[in-house]
Amino acid sequence: MSVAPAAQTETGSRPPGPTGGLAGRGKAIKALVGVGGLIVVIAVVGTLFQALSLYDVPKLLSALLATLGGVLGAMGLFYFLNMLVESLPQRLSLGTIPYAFLLPAFGLLGAFLIFPTIQTVIFSFANDTSTEWVGFSNYREVLSDAGFLNAITNTLLWLIIVPTASVAIGLVVAVLADKLGATSEKIAKSVIFLPMAISMVGAATIWRFVYAFAPEGRTQIGLLNALWTTLGFDPVSWVQVSGFNLNDVLMMVILIWLQVGFSMVLLSAAIKSVPDETLEAARIDGATELQIFWQVVVPQIRGTMITVFITVLILVLKVFDIVYVMTAGNFDTNVISVLFVQQLFQFGEYGIASAIVVLLLLAVMPVVWYQIRHIRSEEAT
Amino acid sequence: MTDTTASSGGGRSRSWVPGVVLVVGGLLWTIPTIGLLVTSLRPRAEVERSGWWSALLSPFDSEWTLTNYDQVLSTGGMFDSFLNSIAVTVPATIIPIMFAAFAAYAFTFMEFRGRDVLFMVIIALLVVPIQSTFVYLLQLFGDEGWGITGQFLSMWLLHTTFGMPLAILILRNFMSTLPRSVIESAKIDGATHFQTFWKLIVPMSIPALAAFAIFQFLWVWNDLLVALLFLGFEDPTVTVTLSQLLGRLGQGWQLLTAGAFVTMVIPMIVFFALQRFFVRGMTSGAVKG
Repeated sequence: MSVAPAAQTETGSRPPGPTGGLAGRGKAIKALVGVGGLIVVIAVVGTLFQALSLYDVPKLLSALLATLGGVLGAMGLFYFLNMLVESLPQRLSLGTIPYAFLLPAFGLLGAFLIFPTIQTVIFSFANDTSTEWVGFSNYREVLSDAGFLNAITNTLLWLIIVPTASVAIGLVVAVLADKLGATSEKIAKSVIFLPMAISMVGAATIWRFVYAFAPEGRTQIGLLNALWTTLGFDPVSWVQVSGFNLNDVLMMVILIWLQVGFSMVLLSAAIKSVPDETLEAARIDGATELQIFWQVVVPQIRGTMITVFITVLILVLKVFDIVYVMTAGNFDTNVISVLFVQQLFQFGEYGIASAIVVLLLLAVMPVVWYQIRHIRSEEAT
Repeated sequence: MTDTTASSGGGRSRSWVPGVVLVVGGLLWTIPTIGLLVTSLRPRAEVERSGWWSALLSPFDSEWTLTNYDQVLSTGGMFDSFLNSIAVTVPATIIPIMFAAFAAYAFTFMEFRGRDVLFMVIIALLVVPIQSTFVYLLQLFGDEGWGITGQFLSMWLLHTTFGMPLAILILRNFMSTLPRSVIESAKIDGATHFQTFWKLIVPMSIPALAAFAIFQFLWVWNDLLVALLFLGFEDPTVTVTLSQLLGRLGQGWQLLTAGAFVTMVIPMIVFFALQRFFVRGMTSGAVKG
């Protein structure tokens, strides 16, 4: 397999040769080995992965081979790439090495993230099989669709409520835990932190059981309805109640439950890094604990609060799992990314699905801009 | 604690309020999960006859069983899905580290044209929703393209790519805290970048590598969206199988809760065993895209 391409390398690596001398020849050999090695590595790894997908390899063996193939392949790739670059004339070599180190990562990002995104933008102007141009008609259809407008409204609610609640609750927990002894602080944090390991589907299962509903007269095995009926009310099928967006809020609770741990850890670290002198100075000036919190602590941890808010915001924009398994977007609970998957997967409407995701992309642009500015200013200091 | 003066000065701040609030909050936070665990250990008839809390209040008068787990692992397909999840997750966790480490090294220790622009691209990609790639990739990986949807290969490729921006960011943030003098002296000793990377930077970066590995492991194991679209129902991961079980509620809560617990076991073990690294990864400015 590697014989034919090896012939090509001969011509490719000629230039360094004629510069003459022993060093020149050594470099030529190095270049040859480098190119040859690259081709062999790519061929072997390519064949391995092709074989893994063609033949019925036992699953765990397949995972093992893929891990080995991937890691050794990547090592080989960099090894020979490095060899090739080092064989170049010194000045050229020094200038090229950074790009050689970046190439594999950016190759993957380009092939499976950047290029597909550009394609999606193009598809959003084409019909449902991406075979004909339709101009803005996908966008017109999406923007005039009641289902989409409902999804937009719900997504906006998610975007406002979940990050705000996560930051607020995380802050309260961080502040209170900071006042406990070391052991109790650790326990409290671990408990709040635990849901971070749980998948959104797992969390949705846990909470759907809390919200479980049985008709009146039967035993309520869902915690919420059990409490509700004990208080004397009729049982309610909670996820179907769309008045005041109650079912939306009940699903947001799940994501908040998952995310508060993250928020708490970052905010707690920020609070602990507030210099004691500033607190002391405020105490000496006779400030109350509450005043100290709002006027001394909060201004110093504002950066972290914004970081947490933005991180949760990005997560919420893409929230899919919870709504998908709780209601599948029924009962007026749809959000953008569920709508997108429905259009793409269930209806095969590629044009419409692309238009939806392009609108999502436009929505995150301000966040991209903010992040870049934020990191720039951090680097500058 | 060295600041005894501070806490004695604020003697009033050592009130009972924080403790009580946190105990109540902690209970609220754990009760749903306890309900899940208790229910998964009760026979179906019991589950439907009384709430799980009543079993917990009188544990010796209640029936307990492991058959739910038996059933969900075999006929529920959870055992197979468990293997699938391992097969998807392990390569997809380890492979991106290699690629990202080299890129992070270049971003941290090398001067080259376009470095800032390329790094901004990485930051931007952290925020770009992965959904924006699906329309094209479903066609590319589909039967008329490479024909790899439904195979682990598609998952490895996608998760390696989608995890890359975060990996580069975490590793670069960590590497930029390493002493530059070490790298400089290696250079003076005549080490190439390649040698410096392998012999110095990789061993020193182990904590950051571990932090990213935990992130990526949890992310890939817990992912539903990519698995649903690109792997599908033939070799489903645990999340896909659980979502299917949820769609067939008729089989009862005892099965569903056991299934949910199976999906949670591995991430919880990983999480608790390596929590220290995880926290470090998060505080090093991590934003998952």
